Amino acid sequence: MNKIVANAQEAIKGITDNMTLMLGGFGLCGIPENSIAALVEANIMGLTCISNNAGVDDFGLGLLLQKKQIRKMISSYVGENAEFERQMLSGELEVDLIPQGSLAERCRAGGAGIPAFFTPAGYGTEVGEGKEMRMFNGKPHILEAALTADFAIVKAWKGDRLGNLIFKGTARNFNPLMAMAGKITIAEVEELVEPGELDPNFIHTPGIFIQRIFQGVDYEKRIEQRTVRSRQ
Amino acid sequence: MLDKTGIAKRIAQELQDNWYVNLGIGIPTLIANYIPQGISVEFQSENGILGMGPFPFEGEEDADLINAGKQTITAMPGASIFDSATSFAMIRGQHINLTVLGAMEVSQNGDIANWKIPGKMVKGMGGAMDLVASAENIIVAMMHTNRKGASKLLKQCSLPLTGVGCVKKIVTNMAVLDIVEGGFKLIERAPGVSVEEIIAATEGDLIVEGEIPEMVI
Repeated sequence: MNKIVANAQEAIKGITDNMTLMLGGFGLCGIPENSIAALVEANIMGLTCISNNAGVDDFGLGLLLQKKQIRKMISSYVGENAEFERQMLSGELEVDLIPQGSLAERCRAGGAGIPAFFTPAGYGTEVGEGKEMRMFNGKPHILEAALTADFAIVKAWKGDRLGNLIFKGTARNFNPLMAMAGKITIAEVEELVEPGELDPNFIHTPGIFIQRIFQGVDYEKRIEQRTVRSRQ
Repeated sequence: MLDKTGIAKRIAQELQDNWYVNLGIGIPTLIANYIPQGISVEFQSENGILGMGPFPFEGEEDADLINAGKQTITAMPGASIFDSATSFAMIRGQHINLTVLGAMEVSQNGDIANWKIPGKMVKGMGGAMDLVASAENIIVAMMHTNRKGASKLLKQCSLPLTGVGCVKKIVTNMAVLDIVEGGFKLIERAPGVSVEEIIAATEGDLIVEGEIPEMVI
């Protein structure tokens, strides 16, 4: 079995206008930088992007927003991107804001064959409007549907040609969940290793969820909020 | 009157040994600096880490290790890292002992608004709706009034809600208040702040019973 493709350009083949994509990452941490650059280059338009955040003005999904390639965003927090806020308030961009835990679980459910689930998050708010409500243990819950995507694109630290993945630090975030929920899932990795090099006990995402994998290049790994303490 | 640090110090007094604690962005983040002597707590950040440590030393920042505020952090010995669904299983499943977060408005029945100002500011709710809907123990850390001087403790919230009937305790720059049947119950005054000043700065129904002690910070 060999899922390796040459590069990001090869990996995104088949992604066409108006498709729905999932993109892993939290803020700029653990985002598929190479694939985003390839999507910008390929000028694919009308995308629906499911991603916790929308990048910043000049990096991450902000690069796709700049070129107006995104028609709709499904996210939980978009506060770091002025261009996003402008497009949303002017009505150019359709936005579905959903609670972060519900977003994570909706992706997980989509990959796990669970069509919907009840959660207390969002009850009594705009998020709960129009959704089925049911009481469990004396507490109101709302019905949230699973999410899937035409393509999911994730970023991992290490991977092998079978698609097994290991993530590093908090760059894991949404990546393993979205990996399960793509009809086709692309993994870009910092280090592509031989099968057997990754200890099976420490695989985060089993290869079955991955269809294409490639070794990424030139990772910028931009830090959004550089906070440090002084050495005393 | 307290400053933001003072609010953080007062809330830190509420921490109990062996608690798992989720701190929101802003004032709540400061609480980690004032853990009382002899108390051991673990901080959870909802992007996927338990056992979050202090900011790294300069030059040791790691882009792959951040908190929910996107700030560079460190991991304590014994920390664990997990995906976002597992993180919210901890939250939704009520495994977290205390949640502290900021707010734009709180109403006297415990409703909270902190994610949206229609037509002006739409940043999104992030994990706040999941946190407030499930946490058994929520403290709101905020200033008593907004920048225009208007009360943030209201009969009813005017902004879109984050959660309903979920806030139990509020610590502001002026007071500590519990939410009880019938309104905000005044528990403590900030140093130098009179009960009259708190009454004047509170739009919602304020319950004042007996002598109100001054906070000890």
